[in-house]
Amino acid sequence: MAVTVVEEILEQAPFLRINEVLATEMLTTALREEVEKSGFSKVILGLSGGIDSALSLYLAVKAFGSENVIAVCMPYQTSSPDSLAHAQLAIEDTQVESFTVDITPQIDGYFESFPDASPLRQGNKMARERMTILYDLSALHEALVIGTSNRTELLLGYGTQFGDSASAVNPLGDLYKTQVRQLASYLGVSEEIIAKPPSADLWEDQTDEQELGFSYLEVDQLLYYMVDHNYSLSKLHELGFEQSFIDQVSKRIIRNQYKRTMPVILKVSNRTVGIDFRYLRDWGL
Amino acid sequence: MRVAIAQIRPRLGRVDENLALHEKMIRSAQEQEVDLIVFPELSLTGYNLLDLTYEVARDPFSPDIQSLVNTAGEMDVVFGFVESTPEHNLYNSAVYVSNQQLNTLHRKIYLPTYGMFDEARYFGRGDRIHSFPTRFGAMGLLICEDMWHASTSYILAQDGAQMIIVLSNSPGRGLNEEGLDAQDTWYSIMKNQALLHGSYILFANRVGTEDGVTFFGGSAVMNPHGVIEKTGALFKEELLIVDIDFEKVKRARYQMPMLRDENRDLTIRELQRIQRKYTGEGIWR
Repeated sequence: MAVTVVEEILEQAPFLRINEVLATEMLTTALREEVEKSGFSKVILGLSGGIDSALSLYLAVKAFGSENVIAVCMPYQTSSPDSLAHAQLAIEDTQVESFTVDITPQIDGYFESFPDASPLRQGNKMARERMTILYDLSALHEALVIGTSNRTELLLGYGTQFGDSASAVNPLGDLYKTQVRQLASYLGVSEEIIAKPPSADLWEDQTDEQELGFSYLEVDQLLYYMVDHNYSLSKLHELGFEQSFIDQVSKRIIRNQYKRTMPVILKVSNRTVGIDFRYLRDWGL
Repeated sequence: MRVAIAQIRPRLGRVDENLALHEKMIRSAQEQEVDLIVFPELSLTGYNLLDLTYEVARDPFSPDIQSLVNTAGEMDVVFGFVESTPEHNLYNSAVYVSNQQLNTLHRKIYLPTYGMFDEARYFGRGDRIHSFPTRFGAMGLLICEDMWHASTSYILAQDGAQMIIVLSNSPGRGLNEEGLDAQDTWYSIMKNQALLHGSYILFANRVGTEDGVTFFGGSAVMNPHGVIEKTGALFKEELLIVDIDFEKVKRARYQMPMLRDENRDLTIRELQRIQRKYTGEGIWR
């Protein structure tokens, strides 16, 4: 069933298809190298029950073997029970070690002082809480934190800065959501995880596509022409995309550029970190 | 003539470790009675050096380079490094070593400075292109982007080269349903140029990842009929061994005598006319 769902999606935008065998080989080879040359042999990642973290998990297991991958479930009291069940499905299927850390006490403890906090504040706080847990367990288990943010959400800025966007290596960051679906299906991620509507699961019945106002398939097609092929906004309209949709997405990308960069450093010296002190992270590795 | 292409994974900025890696590959090639071993672009240093360019630069007669020249023994060796000239200019260079001597040095001419590349920020631009005699026949050296200019292999073929050696650091990118755009384009260009010039082309491309950028490997040998004779694996380290038959150059050039029929005078005359046009010295015809 999941294969059919994914196939139906890809038939509407065949140009988004990637070679699954090659993608898997390229991503697992690079993931292994980036982790191992940093001096780590294990990885850790947060598992939400959604498709993105499931794909990161399956790729990590392919790269390192299940004995070297740790999955952490970090539900809040309002998280959908399905999310935890789906995370459990992925854990059982991949046979990885897993931990569950309920973040309700610390989140509720914090918001006791802010009873009127908006859903945005609550959601961001939860994402950052989960990040600190992952980084703490990373030190405990000597396992590098693997990212789960896909290219669509990075471009749209649909994530929490220093929260779910934080990781040491992110294998999904150059795959559109549609390509995440294709690869997840190829790697055998459970149908239930692939077929359900994507959700940040911050409140009941929330879905990404409802909150964003468009579907991932629609926006991935637009991003493909806008980002990969440098089409101008007027040319995109000629292709048949709604002007309001183009403007909305374009503004989102620009407005959220700050989430995709390191903090701005105010230049004083002649060799400023990030400006003219230029080295790769893989310096000497 | 037996050729080995050392599809290696250099460590970024670690000349010491990369020297050891070169020696290991040379020893392994010696056991297989190889006559010529070819390493990829910047094989002694790694690719995206940024400010490390300054630190890893070597004079061709420095102890590091000379130790590698001495390791070669009876084998001919081609490798890449950051060259520091007596004037302290830095070049992305390659050398051909035979009889434990530097036979030829080529400085990369076309430094990609667009998209993901920033080479002209760090390297000076080479301005010579020529073939050189070896005990096997005349050859020419090109470095990566050099090959993407039709003029370079044309000049080498006109200058007598029967084999063009391309040292490369090409990142895998443009993944689509068929495979990697980058690999496909590389092979098309080289098959085409090998056929047009009736020359062998050796393509030595590295593997490994630098800050998430994965070099695809897929080193290859194109014969003078424009046919791929052998390819290395994608993404994996490998010592690719190929037997070269220069009789094929003879046969290819007899069957397809484009080199014989080439009107060099016409080409030079037209290029000079075009040059006058762009320098504003002459008229438009």
